[in-house]
Amino acid sequence: MPSLKDLRNRISSVKSTQKITSAMKMVAASKLKRAQEQAEAGRPYAERMNRMLVGLSSSLGPGGQGPKLMTGTGSTQTHLLVPITSDRGLCGGFNSSIVRETRRRIQALQAEGKTVKLFCVGRKGRDVLRREYSSLIVESMTDIGRPRLSFADANEIRDKLLARYEAGEFDVCSVIFNRFVSAISQKVEIPQLIPVQMPETGSAATAGDGGKQAADDPRKRAPYEFEPSEEEILAELLPRNLAVQIFRALLESAASEQGARMTAMDSATRNAGDMINDLTLQYNRTRQAMITKELIEIISGAEAL
Amino acid sequence: MAEDSEMVVVPGADGNFGVLAGHAPMISTVRPGVIDVYSRRPQVAHRVFVAGGFAEVTPDRCTVLAEEAIAVGDLNAAAVDQEISDLADDLAEAKTEAERAAVERALEVARAKRLALAS
Repeated sequence: MPSLKDLRNRISSVKSTQKITSAMKMVAASKLKRAQEQAEAGRPYAERMNRMLVGLSSSLGPGGQGPKLMTGTGSTQTHLLVPITSDRGLCGGFNSSIVRETRRRIQALQAEGKTVKLFCVGRKGRDVLRREYSSLIVESMTDIGRPRLSFADANEIRDKLLARYEAGEFDVCSVIFNRFVSAISQKVEIPQLIPVQMPETGSAATAGDGGKQAADDPRKRAPYEFEPSEEEILAELLPRNLAVQIFRALLESAASEQGARMTAMDSATRNAGDMINDLTLQYNRTRQAMITKELIEIISGAEAL
Repeated sequence: MAEDSEMVVVPGADGNFGVLAGHAPMISTVRPGVIDVYSRRPQVAHRVFVAGGFAEVTPDRCTVLAEEAIAVGDLNAAAVDQEISDLADDLAEAKTEAERAAVERALEVARAKRLALAS
């Protein structure tokens, strides 16, 4: 049986934890609002970009000669995975779901005999993956988007990816991130970035809402004219599209992180409340029991006289 | 930003082009310059400065994906002049080829802003 002093100490420590978690919840809620607006504002742009690419690729025709970013290197031997996680913890299953998905992907690819490389964005994912796959990590970046996520961050990642792609270090690149659905729900998505995957042929993940948009199909219409020329447009559009898709993943991930943290901190606050109630009850019972015991001692002492 | 309009004039890489409804499908790169949106000719409803990007034209819509978009009314002549002189200084100090190219691009955008204000 814990003494009254122990109980008092525990109650006060749980109370201060609760203060911290509820403050974190408030902070996450206000950050979430901004991040969510940013993420949702970014979606139409990324979709239009995708639609334009679909138009371009359809006019190139099947088997057409395009830049390497579009057609790939002709091999799918080396895969580069880009898991996007947060720099800070205390956000529920946010990071672990990304890590779990990354691990599953690595195992599936290795089972097929492919080479896998990792480009970790975010401290938490890097720390966990380094334990198991330290030899696979070719690069990692932390403190992305601090103090504020900007397009320049996406450009930086894009440039690093392109440099490695040009050097022939990988053939296929996919990014793994949490798509923001709502404050309490995030969905892990793995769109392929290099070579560019068209929504129609792509996996369910890339088809998403981009696929629906493409349904009012530019393919059925007359072919596009190009100004200046297809090659020049593609040479500019493809790297730009890459940056836009990365930026979108970063935005979605940032919004998801705040959502996950808010939910996690909300339930932590509630748990702390329950715990305080239990402990207070136990404290009062113990106190009462002690008073009763003392009374009995006094009474029986008096009776004995 | 999205709205119905009668005609849009876009600064394409190979020269300005106007888009009316029913225009043939086209994709073009956009150089730094001003997009004129006409809700009813000959009145210009908006003038928007863009720092380059891409334009996709279909018979029923014209989409411009811009790298940076500012309403011309929000541009500030003094700030733009300051930007141009700052960038000119940077250009003199740029050491590597890549740095020089980046500054030159920024300078081009700033000069286009100046032109947008003058017109």
